[in-house]
Amino acid sequence: MIKVEGLVKHYGDKYAVNNISFTVGDREIVGFLGPNGAGKSTTMNILTGYLSATDGKVEIDGHDILEDTMAAKKSIGYLPEIPPLYPDMTVKEYLNFVYDLKECKLNRKKHLEEITNVTKIADVYNRVIKNLSRGYKQRVGIAQALVGNPKVIILDEPTIGLDPKQIVEVRNLIRTLGRDHTVILSTHILSEVQAVCDRLVIINKGKIVADKPTEEISQAVVTKCRLEAKICGPEKDVLYGIRSINGVTRCETVGSELDSVTYVIESEAGLDVRKPLFNLLAGKNWPLMGLTTMGMNLEDIFITLTIDPTKEKNNRRRITK
Amino acid sequence: MAAIYKREMQAYFTTGLGYVFCAVFLAVTGFAFAMFTVQQATSGNDINLPLYYTIVIISLVVLLPILTMKSFAEEKKMKTEQLILCAPVSLPSMVLAKFFAALSVFGACLLLTCFYYTVIAQYGTPNFGILYGYIIGIFFMGSAFIAVGIFISALTENQLVAAVGTMAVLMIMIGVSFINSHIDNAVIRSILSWISVYDRFDKFCYGQFDFSALLYYISICFSFIFLTVRVYEKRRWA
Repeated sequence: MIKVEGLVKHYGDKYAVNNISFTVGDREIVGFLGPNGAGKSTTMNILTGYLSATDGKVEIDGHDILEDTMAAKKSIGYLPEIPPLYPDMTVKEYLNFVYDLKECKLNRKKHLEEITNVTKIADVYNRVIKNLSRGYKQRVGIAQALVGNPKVIILDEPTIGLDPKQIVEVRNLIRTLGRDHTVILSTHILSEVQAVCDRLVIINKGKIVADKPTEEISQAVVTKCRLEAKICGPEKDVLYGIRSINGVTRCETVGSELDSVTYVIESEAGLDVRKPLFNLLAGKNWPLMGLTTMGMNLEDIFITLTIDPTKEKNNRRRITK
Repeated sequence: MAAIYKREMQAYFTTGLGYVFCAVFLAVTGFAFAMFTVQQATSGNDINLPLYYTIVIISLVVLLPILTMKSFAEEKKMKTEQLILCAPVSLPSMVLAKFFAALSVFGACLLLTCFYYTVIAQYGTPNFGILYGYIIGIFFMGSAFIAVGIFISALTENQLVAAVGTMAVLMIMIGVSFINSHIDNAVIRSILSWISVYDRFDKFCYGQFDFSALLYYISICFSFIFLTVRVYEKRRWA
């Protein structure tokens, strides 16, 4: 459905997107994950024809976005990072405008009714957009992307600024959309894409660092155990003691309070070091003030996914020595 | 293109900008018409139509930029242009829709000023052919001004900058004809006369329907519409 080959976009000397290629199949939900400034929005804008690539090729449903622009654009529904809403229009006027703009051939009344029901905006249908809450505005933005029943739906940070309840609703909506459409979802929140996507494309500094099914990425995420412990005791001795626990790969100080120091402890995959840690602290009479299991952040995932396994083995050997 | 045109027309009247333009334009032209034609006729003097049309043109220099300032500047600021640029609509259609929307509001107001002539008809038998020749001349001159305004609106996301910038450019296009007579150099004079929009209107003041002037105004429209399209193409490739 979507085919991207050797996409390059640079602004002056700076490469926003540097030679990325990927494909998205029919009715697949793909998450485009990366930190701010990684090149996600630029890629989305190129896919939708808003920007032109410096080099490379984009095909949407077999239509080249540059050579067969109109046909390609007809296959796309796009929700940019900031929903393109006219505040002086009512939701009804706005959706009718989008319907005319996209030159839809479907039954107007029935089609718009379906969209308002799916996006749950029927109760604000006759209200002026500027008076709507952030959550409703976002949903109207998603509704405009659905007008014309496009095969491909591209959503750029669709849950940004929403409250937790609205986030769950939007996630459910994306899952529903995935049944009939190909969906590309861009975000910098890992849990966001894990919850709804079949496949993840991870981008960093304009380059793809991973393109794998969500399950594989999730496994990579749990290959390391990480703890944050607040301990009272002499810092050097505590560090030495923790590092000597079997299975601990890294232990660093990250902060201190009046009488306690906070340590981040990383251990090998599947190895729970909480028991030996407790025994160590109890034996030395170093009170444990707090212990939290930490998830991996995006930066860690990039490191995990991009690291060379042989080099990592050597590093581990060096640590053990 | 029809959808954008409809949306633009709606925006002119929901934001009140269209009403303000119509009200001020009709008030200024109505006052000028009463001063230089009706009052002259009732006091037994000759009516001064060229002066009335000069006032109309000067009012356009001030008012048309207010009509065109939001065309692209507002879309850019609100990020709504992304909706249009990602829709299956060509860039020339988008620019033309906005141009024709502004032209429709201006044209409707100009059409309303035709009713003024029924007043002079009560004091004599005016040559309506000449009067409508004037109106057509003003309409095409206004079209050129709108094209300039839309182009400048596409260059910025600040509506005030768009309005003031357009006024400045239009003032230069009008003003060169007033300073031209003070310049000795024939080459500079001919260049300035070529730029001058007002000089082309001269023949309409003598009752001649000048097709070359119409062609001149139409070519300004095409040039600036083309340049606006190029601004968007350039931004896409930037």
